[in-house]
Amino acid sequence: MVALTPAGDFRASYRQDMTLFPTRNSRRGVWLGVLLLALLPLPALLLGDVVDEDGTLGGLLGALDIGRYGMGLLIQIGFLGIAALGLNILVGFTGQISIGHAAFFGVGAFASAWLHEHGVPVFLAMPLAGLLTAAVGLVFGLPATRLKGLYLAIATLAAQFIIEDFFARAQWFTGGVAGRMTEPPSLPGIRFDGEEAYFYVVLGAVVIMFAAAANLMRTRDGRALVAVRDHYLSAEMMGINLAYYRTLSFGIASFYAGVAGALYAHHLQFVSVEAFNILFSIQFLGMVIIGGLGSISGSLMGAAFMVALPELVQAGADALANGPLDHALKLGANISFLREMVIGATIVLFLIFEPDGLAHRWRLIKAYWKLYPYSH
Amino acid sequence: MSESLLLPLLLNGLIVGALYGVIAMSFVLIFKASQVVNFAQGEFLLVGAWVCWYFLTTWQLPFVLGFLFTLVFMTVFGIIIQVVVLRPLIGEPIISVIMATIGLGIFFQALMKWMFGVFAQPFPPIFPVERVNLLGLEVQPVYLLSLVMSGFIMAAFGWFFAKSKYGLAMRATAFDQQVAQSLGISISKVFAMAWAIAAVVSGVAGVIVGVVNGVSSALSFYGIKVFPAVILGGLDSILGAIIGGLVIGVLENLAQYLDAEYLKIGNMYAIAPFYVLIIVLLIKPYGLFGTKNIERV
Repeated sequence: MVALTPAGDFRASYRQDMTLFPTRNSRRGVWLGVLLLALLPLPALLLGDVVDEDGTLGGLLGALDIGRYGMGLLIQIGFLGIAALGLNILVGFTGQISIGHAAFFGVGAFASAWLHEHGVPVFLAMPLAGLLTAAVGLVFGLPATRLKGLYLAIATLAAQFIIEDFFARAQWFTGGVAGRMTEPPSLPGIRFDGEEAYFYVVLGAVVIMFAAAANLMRTRDGRALVAVRDHYLSAEMMGINLAYYRTLSFGIASFYAGVAGALYAHHLQFVSVEAFNILFSIQFLGMVIIGGLGSISGSLMGAAFMVALPELVQAGADALANGPLDHALKLGANISFLREMVIGATIVLFLIFEPDGLAHRWRLIKAYWKLYPYSH
Repeated sequence: MSESLLLPLLLNGLIVGALYGVIAMSFVLIFKASQVVNFAQGEFLLVGAWVCWYFLTTWQLPFVLGFLFTLVFMTVFGIIIQVVVLRPLIGEPIISVIMATIGLGIFFQALMKWMFGVFAQPFPPIFPVERVNLLGLEVQPVYLLSLVMSGFIMAAFGWFFAKSKYGLAMRATAFDQQVAQSLGISISKVFAMAWAIAAVVSGVAGVIVGVVNGVSSALSFYGIKVFPAVILGGLDSILGAIIGGLVIGVLENLAQYLDAEYLKIGNMYAIAPFYVLIIVLLIKPYGLFGTKNIERV
């Protein structure tokens, strides 16, 4: 419980009020978390050759090993978390809706793969892909200067279909139906191939992108975005340029989606035109809602939840396999539909019962421990 | 393709457009009555079509009886959705409500795929003849049925809102909820009724499309095609919904014709309405007949 605020939390200056980490221990906690994550791939990296016969690592280091599959899941949580954070800046902080986030994610993925094929090193291609996606996002964000709420939701829905159509059509950019192959990032001497090495790339990106977002929300621009969300007419009267900040928010969200898409592309090393459909967009919205609207750490929690959900469904179906329920409902053959149903149901249930998301629940749990046993 | 195909394409556009108009109308009905943008409209079509298909094939009911059963089912379905999911969300921000309907949409789409499979299933034939001759054009009778049904639903809507007690209550609610409530109108009943009507009308549209094309999850795409229609017509205008639906229906067929004849881009049929949508939103976001939202502080 390192992140608890001590009793008598006096904030004497504006600077203290705006600080990211209210206590020294909360800062240490975050760094410790990052450090622990950074240690995770080490067993597999160091002992890559001494793998036991059943594919797991032996000895003490083996106990720390979460396996290639677990590493893959963590990487997914990383890049999906970045994209979800971008959407959260748009939805949670600025109060605009986008139902086309997966399309922008796809633009980033293809842009990075395309840039790399034209000789740009991957580590440069990723941020460039982010910028390119931001530019595309700004074009579709133009209606956002005049629209809000459901009109914007519908405009982004149109953007989703138009961009998906473009993917299927633009062979020079996406490789058409065959998709586009790409390579993992590399520095002179190191090639970030394989889950363990790539994990560091994603971890670095997550730290940079989340720190950037947390700091953005402390600046004048970040506060302006929140003001636009809370009461846009008042914000306009305070001298905030609505059109500018709505478009800016759209651009930032697209930038995050683009970078996340680039990370996705070089992880999978193959980008297919069919991956970025509307269901994927809705999953991003689900992450934001489940994690908590307007919460930076919540975006990561939401992404983790969304990645864990299919695994849980799969585990549940496996547990029931060959039982009477399995035979009656044909769970095994319909597992993908079951997953979609669970995603849809989770979104609805969270909206009804936990509209503030996991981040809020996390705060309640912390408060419970802090006050224990005198919770009243 | 040649010039001689233009006329059938236009007719096809009108027929499909009338269906869009009907679906758009029920979309507008929900929006006007309960201020909810229903992203699960397409899934209403899907559920209605599959349920009717189930009655006709598994239970071997005659079409009329199965159709009536479907109407009853959709009424209950609409009310349950409103009471269970949408009622707890009254007063929540618009993002939450939109997300809830999207979640519902995914849920039912997956459920239908699970229960009935992913392959398109044809309806048992309803009409004895394959084609009838209309003004020198060979037309399938189901298309005529579709046109007649659409016309009937539109007329029924017109009567309902102009004359019936409940329709007037609904209009009053749409105008001002507080005033309507103080005049003795039960808002919760009006909301439930709006959803029930929308579900029934969408279910009918689903059955019609199912009879023409077979039932498959592609039906839910009609729920998305509805957005260009309602935005063009104006989100809160029933008349706008009909006109928007007709325009979009004709337009996508025209786009397909132009594409096949001259442009050779491909896939314009599916995408053209969304370009229209973006353009309308940029130029005239409140549509042709929508009321402009004036905000006072």
